Amino acid sequence: MSAIAEIALQAPRTSKPRGYWTTVGRRLIRDKISMACALILIAIFLSAICAPLLGLSDPYQGSMIRRLRHIGTPGYPLGTDELGRDMLARLIYGGRLSLIVGILPVILAFVIGTSLGLVAGYVGGKVNTAIMRTIDVFYAFPSVLLAIAISGALGGGIVNSIVSLTIVFVPQITRVSESVTTGVRNMDFVEAARASGAGPFTIMRAHMLGNVLGPIFVYATGLISVSMILAAGLSFLGLGTKPPEPEWGLMLNTLRTAIYINPWVAALPGAMIFAVSICFNLLSDGMRSAMDIRN
Amino acid sequence: MTLERFRAKWIPVRVKKTRQNKNLELRSDSIRTDYALVAPSVELLKPIEDRGGAAQPLLQVSGLTKHFPVRGGLFSPRQTVRAVDDVSFSIAKGETLGIVGESGCGKSTTARLLMHLMTRDSGEILYDGMQAGGALSLRELRRCMQMVFQDSYASLNPRLTIEESIAFGPKVHGMAEAAARALARELLGKVGLRPEVFANRYPHEISGGQRQRVNIARALALSPRLVILDEAVSALDKSVEAQVLNLLADLKREFELTYLFISHDLNVVRYISDRVLVMYLGEVVELGPVDRVWDSPAHPYTRALLAAMPSSDPDRRTEIPPISGDPPNPIDPPAGCRFHTRCPFAEPLCAEATPQLTALDKLGHQAACYMVIPGSGHSHAGAPHQGGKIK
Repeated sequence: MSAIAEIALQAPRTSKPRGYWTTVGRRLIRDKISMACALILIAIFLSAICAPLLGLSDPYQGSMIRRLRHIGTPGYPLGTDELGRDMLARLIYGGRLSLIVGILPVILAFVIGTSLGLVAGYVGGKVNTAIMRTIDVFYAFPSVLLAIAISGALGGGIVNSIVSLTIVFVPQITRVSESVTTGVRNMDFVEAARASGAGPFTIMRAHMLGNVLGPIFVYATGLISVSMILAAGLSFLGLGTKPPEPEWGLMLNTLRTAIYINPWVAALPGAMIFAVSICFNLLSDGMRSAMDIRN
Repeated sequence: MTLERFRAKWIPVRVKKTRQNKNLELRSDSIRTDYALVAPSVELLKPIEDRGGAAQPLLQVSGLTKHFPVRGGLFSPRQTVRAVDDVSFSIAKGETLGIVGESGCGKSTTARLLMHLMTRDSGEILYDGMQAGGALSLRELRRCMQMVFQDSYASLNPRLTIEESIAFGPKVHGMAEAAARALARELLGKVGLRPEVFANRYPHEISGGQRQRVNIARALALSPRLVILDEAVSALDKSVEAQVLNLLADLKREFELTYLFISHDLNVVRYISDRVLVMYLGEVVELGPVDRVWDSPAHPYTRALLAAMPSSDPDRRTEIPPISGDPPNPIDPPAGCRFHTRCPFAEPLCAEATPQLTALDKLGHQAACYMVIPGSGHSHAGAPHQGGKIK
């Protein structure tokens, strides 16, 4: 080993010991695309949360004489919808419900699915068979059909549609979680942890979770856009959000009638869903490469 | 504390090995053992106390067996791989037992069975005279016995820093976070890695030799008495391998360890072991003090293994293959002596019944071959087992 390399190797690190997530955070900040997506998402989130403070017009107040104004009309920067309501206000207020029905089911399914998959993958044997075959039953239905069936059985409303979407996503996340866990559990460091006398729950928490979370996280982020679109579908069938509540999926459905008259305004809610889902997808991609700490 | 006493306590004294292997130049000064950096106040896990006394072997294994079921086709019968078949041996306190054999002969399975990482089909494992799960809980056993794996990278969690990996074991056994980290740093110093440089690194940021030292430190963190080294130096290059072997020798002296050293590298086994056990297809074929086995191998398989070692002398190069063919399929091992299909001395008797391990002398040299069992009926039986090397 050359003298310089020796010195470089022996030189103490200037920075303090950093945790794993701090390292991931730093690497993410250096990624321009992820940061742009994060900024867009933060802007959408903040505007949705602070909607009443932004001085917007009433999103419920319609007017028959102001219907379907074009984008750029004075007083209505993004035009008006089929009932003459201000699109800007409705899009921003609509973010509240849309983001909730888009994200909450995924978070719930992420927690439930990851735990189920981790247990199934780590314990293996009969436990694995029991969990995974039950999951397969849910897999047999197309996700839209399953969501409609559960929502229909539970009745309409936002809470029920969140529950039904969670049930739709749990099998998918469990499947991913189980396959990643099975791959990690055969590695020697898990054996070494068992050999040190740790119990299964300690091993799952301390050794498995950090190694399986990455791929599941990326998969779950991709589900957010699906969740928003499914929620829109439920609303369309009268099982989710009820009019006149502003919600992107519902708005897309009601504006569909105006698509030949004023296509740009009609496409706006879709553009919002698109923007949010693509930002989540790109951000999850960035997260994945930031979490792969070996690069 | 005077400087002399401090030095005497913390600076290692390198003792000359009595048995030096001529083929390997193992002494290397590049290893860094910064013992002086270590604070003497570090808390160690209290080792499980000796209960059996000095004469009691640390580990007694008898009749250890593990068969893996292999799922055949729909109409073919269920088959089993006889990975480890009726293996018995013991390890005395403070000695190093080497296990050698070809790939797939059951060395690693034996290690995992001993660590109770796998359930055994039958057999008894006594640690210091105690049965795990009985007088000694499995949790206690895991503090007494630790293992270093072959793949230094796969055996460290890529998401944890080196310090966290080492500190994990002591924390599992109830040590406080800060104390466990201090212990981890102390052990890093002991294995020759400066803690202020390496403690916060991730496994991918250090070299293979350094990682294997981390694995050794992780094993030592639980204050074990027996360390199973499963091909622990096989993946390292020769110079690093020599450093790690010297480190193991130093640590053995300092922590009064007992080693079970598994390897396919005969030079390394000879260098580090007191006794050696030769395995073939899941069975013990020869067992004895390393010098006895090397000087007068009794089993034809051992002779073939030793003859297969490349010589550094160009005039003594190996020109005739000492053994030919692959080991038979362990799913359906040959009847009788499992080596008879490849043995140049095989006679009809060898295919009929399995020869038992038989003592050859009073030094504990044993072999399972009809040629060394007087009156067995083999034409070579009764003849002196020295000489007759396979040319």
